[in-house]
Amino acid sequence: MRPIILQGHERPLTQIKYNHDGDLLFSCAKDKVINVWFSHNGERLGTYEGHTGAIWTCDISKNSSLMASGAADNTMRLWDVKSGKELFKWEFPTAVKRVEFNEDDSRIFAVTEQRMGFSGTVTVFRVPSSANDVAAETPLYVITTRESKATVAGWSYLSKYLITGHDDGSVSRYDANTGEFLESKQIHNVGASITDLQFSPDRTYFVTACKDTTAKLTDVDSFDVIKTYLTDTPLNTSSITPVQDFIVLGGGQEARDVTTTATRQGKFETRFYHAILEEELGRVKGHFGPINTIAVHPKGTGYASGGEDGYVRVHAFDKNYFDFKYTL
Amino acid sequence: MSESLVEEIKSQIVVRDDEINVSDLEAKLNVAKPVGYDTVVVIQGVPVVEESKVQDFYRFLTSRLFAKIGKVKENGLHMPLEDKDGKKVSNGIVFADFETVEFADLCVQELDGKQILKNHVFVVRKLSQLEKALNTPEEFTFEEREFKEREHLRSWLADYYGRDQFISYYGNQVSVNWNRKSDIPEQIVNRENWTETYVQWSPLGTYLVSLHLRGIQLWGGESWNMCARFLHPYVKFIDFSPNEKYLVSWSYEPVRLPPIGHPARENMPFTDEDEGKHCFVWDIASGRILRSFKIPPQLDNKDAKKVVWPLFKWSADDRFLARVNVGQSISIYETPSLSLVDKKTLKIEGVQNFEWCPVSNALGGDNKEQLLAYWTPEVVNQPARVALMNVPSKQTIRTKNLFNVSDCKLYWQSNGDFLSVKVDRHTKTKKSTFSNLEIFRIREKNIPVEVVELKDVILNFAWEPKSDRFAIISANDQILSSTNVKTTLSFYGFDHKKNTTSTFRHIASFDKKSLNSIFFAPNGRFLIGATLGSATQYDLEFYDMDFDTDKKEPDALANVQQIGSTEHFGMTELEWDPSGRYVTTSSTVWRHKLENGYRISDFRGTLLREEMIPDFKQFLWRPRPPTLLSKEDMKNIRRKLKDYNRLFDEEDIAETSTANRELAARRRTLISEWQRYREEVTARVSEERAVVGQPLHSVLPADEEEVVQETIEEVISEQIETIED
Repeated sequence: MRPIILQGHERPLTQIKYNHDGDLLFSCAKDKVINVWFSHNGERLGTYEGHTGAIWTCDISKNSSLMASGAADNTMRLWDVKSGKELFKWEFPTAVKRVEFNEDDSRIFAVTEQRMGFSGTVTVFRVPSSANDVAAETPLYVITTRESKATVAGWSYLSKYLITGHDDGSVSRYDANTGEFLESKQIHNVGASITDLQFSPDRTYFVTACKDTTAKLTDVDSFDVIKTYLTDTPLNTSSITPVQDFIVLGGGQEARDVTTTATRQGKFETRFYHAILEEELGRVKGHFGPINTIAVHPKGTGYASGGEDGYVRVHAFDKNYFDFKYTL
Repeated sequence: MSESLVEEIKSQIVVRDDEINVSDLEAKLNVAKPVGYDTVVVIQGVPVVEESKVQDFYRFLTSRLFAKIGKVKENGLHMPLEDKDGKKVSNGIVFADFETVEFADLCVQELDGKQILKNHVFVVRKLSQLEKALNTPEEFTFEEREFKEREHLRSWLADYYGRDQFISYYGNQVSVNWNRKSDIPEQIVNRENWTETYVQWSPLGTYLVSLHLRGIQLWGGESWNMCARFLHPYVKFIDFSPNEKYLVSWSYEPVRLPPIGHPARENMPFTDEDEGKHCFVWDIASGRILRSFKIPPQLDNKDAKKVVWPLFKWSADDRFLARVNVGQSISIYETPSLSLVDKKTLKIEGVQNFEWCPVSNALGGDNKEQLLAYWTPEVVNQPARVALMNVPSKQTIRTKNLFNVSDCKLYWQSNGDFLSVKVDRHTKTKKSTFSNLEIFRIREKNIPVEVVELKDVILNFAWEPKSDRFAIISANDQILSSTNVKTTLSFYGFDHKKNTTSTFRHIASFDKKSLNSIFFAPNGRFLIGATLGSATQYDLEFYDMDFDTDKKEPDALANVQQIGSTEHFGMTELEWDPSGRYVTTSSTVWRHKLENGYRISDFRGTLLREEMIPDFKQFLWRPRPPTLLSKEDMKNIRRKLKDYNRLFDEEDIAETSTANRELAARRRTLISEWQRYREEVTARVSEERAVVGQPLHSVLPADEEEVVQETIEEVISEQIETIED
């Protein structure tokens, strides 16, 4: 089926996210606005304005009432999804690269950049109960990433662990209650930045996308790599589909190198891999710049991809997607 | 070992100088002092002179021969005299004591083996070298070496399925594989850092050659053991003789030997003569150097990097190797002595290039003669010339004069039946160019030459192997300068006629192409036209010259048909497999970094297998030696081809079904493993969740959409009417 193309941003997309029910799609871009769309028809519901820098990330609470966002204006903000009003603001010394609510929406973390002498951190807050809840401004704990900066992070099931992906290709595991460091593992090539980290629906394993052209599936408890997906291009994003055991990968040649070669060299296709067999199943063309972010519908009925080209393409899976079965 | 222990041991060791005997080391490392004879050379083969003329001869030597070499010490010349018929005459030997060692060395280098005077070839040696020769024991003591059985070097030909092997080289991994069409190739051997630069097959496929900074290694046999090694620091290029008897190697760096007397010097395969040389000819079986060569004199600035490789061209029987000195001569060396045929280079005014006939005994008769073709350009009052010459007799057999020639290229047909000379000619005004083909029919009486004239410029020419047909790619010279050159692919064949003269005839043409290269299948009939070396176009077109032979008209030379076309983005190399059934195109990292990897397709261009491998460097099919089957045998096989076909099909089906079964089994185990893993994790996590009191369904989106149906009744307007009975 033809995808719905959402043309609401003027700058490259940074992250897109479905809400818990999958009826809304939130998109963040470097143009300082967050858009929210109806995922089934691509109609724009509204925008969230207030940030004064490129927006890197957003997350929506389970009941779809709150939305958190992090941006290059060194703030994390909390929004009322319905009215678009800004409810709360946290300030940091550097840009916020990733935010996420935990499972029961009681906590939220912010991954901050390592820049201008400030070391990168993962800071965890209590989700404020109201706009006047000043106490929520103080973090519960701050994890300072020392050897390499964290680029992405996520909560495991039951908010047991906090898992971070680093720009040197390693992943680390922290106790999510105390922020205590547990272990670190070099799962990707040394020095290749991990660009995305997304969890399975039950949050027991996660997939990491890396600039070393591979994506890996890692178990939360054993912390072992269980599957590896080899591609031929640097990856920016990876996602797990709830229906069918597939992995969706996106990436492409670095945006700054695009003009130096022919268009077909970019490899700006979304790739589908079989999660268990590690085999490539197919590709979806469309973007004319690297794919920065991919989100799969929580019910597995479709997916959306956001690219450096400023477009979000929302795809609904066809019948033969659901019918697909390996002949064994 | 702990430090304290080391200290303890040290304290116990008392070194006493007189106890240590280093005489063996001294003998080994002692650098021989110059004994004073190093400046003396012995020249043999000088004219015999009478006593009275000795001083005159000395004067001749110092003023003429040694003038360019260096000064001789005072009274440094000596000629032993002997009595002959009552007169004292010299015996043809001169001792010359030069002022410096360098002069003496130069003297050996410049005069040895040269025909300086009319009837005299000098043999020049340094006295120290003679000494060494004298010290050689009279009797040769035979050192018996244990016989080691070698593996059969051609065992790969005995593969049950008759498959072909290929090398794939990427990153630092070199592997040899069996081609299995569209299936994953079966790896035979894979070694990390097998080479430091690149690998190559020998021409008959016997050896795998790996190049290293220190030299060359040959590998072969079933277990891929090393068969031979040749020390040649920084070797850059190698070239085999056609029958794998000899190896020529080239390095940009001249060979530097350790100083005289150094023990390492003895262990090197090089002798004093090899110092400063770039090119070596090796005997593969013995591993010995047959001869070393300097940079050819015509290279600009003596820059070793400007060498055109191969420097030497081998005759078909490995007996001669020859090199052209552009504009002057051809130097023909004879194996195994590697001395010049007739002791001198073959002077040919203006010679540009030459090619050996690819088969021995092309003309019949004395089978020791090898045929060679060369061409010379136009000079004042003299036309350009193509000539055929027999070697070693140096008899010119046939010449053809040509006019208005800008360039010539020589193409031998693989059986040596024809020699085609592509002549690029210009019109009198020199404004436009066009090409002619001058085809020498070697097997016919007096070697007639036929001219095929064209209006266009021929960009590429190729004979169909073992056939009398050829293909050319041509373009009009007006558009040659434009970026998007449209070319024409044409086919020609030799028309055998009984009554009139037989001639080459045009068969078919395909125009408006972008092709620039021709690749004939090893057994002929099929041809691929390709666009190589272009930055934007990567076309591949597949042709069959005998398409549907049943429908062919009786006197037609061919029925050319395009049977496929495709494109391989980024391809840099194309190679047929030895059987002519498969074609590989590869994109190697040495040319560019776009989509590196290789593709195997069949002869029609159907893609069988594609591998994208980052840092892909080489794909090379292992060549096969010529078949041992007689013509009868081949005919028999052709007759029974249908029976064989049935057999092969059955084997193919059996193989694919086992392959499919294996794949399916592999997938099944993977999936069942995954399911086990998921069940275990789910069970554990749900237990943990139960403890906390947060069941999974509280965090997962509900499968069923909750449909809330509200019935809203709205009264729009009310009107009351009374209905009367």
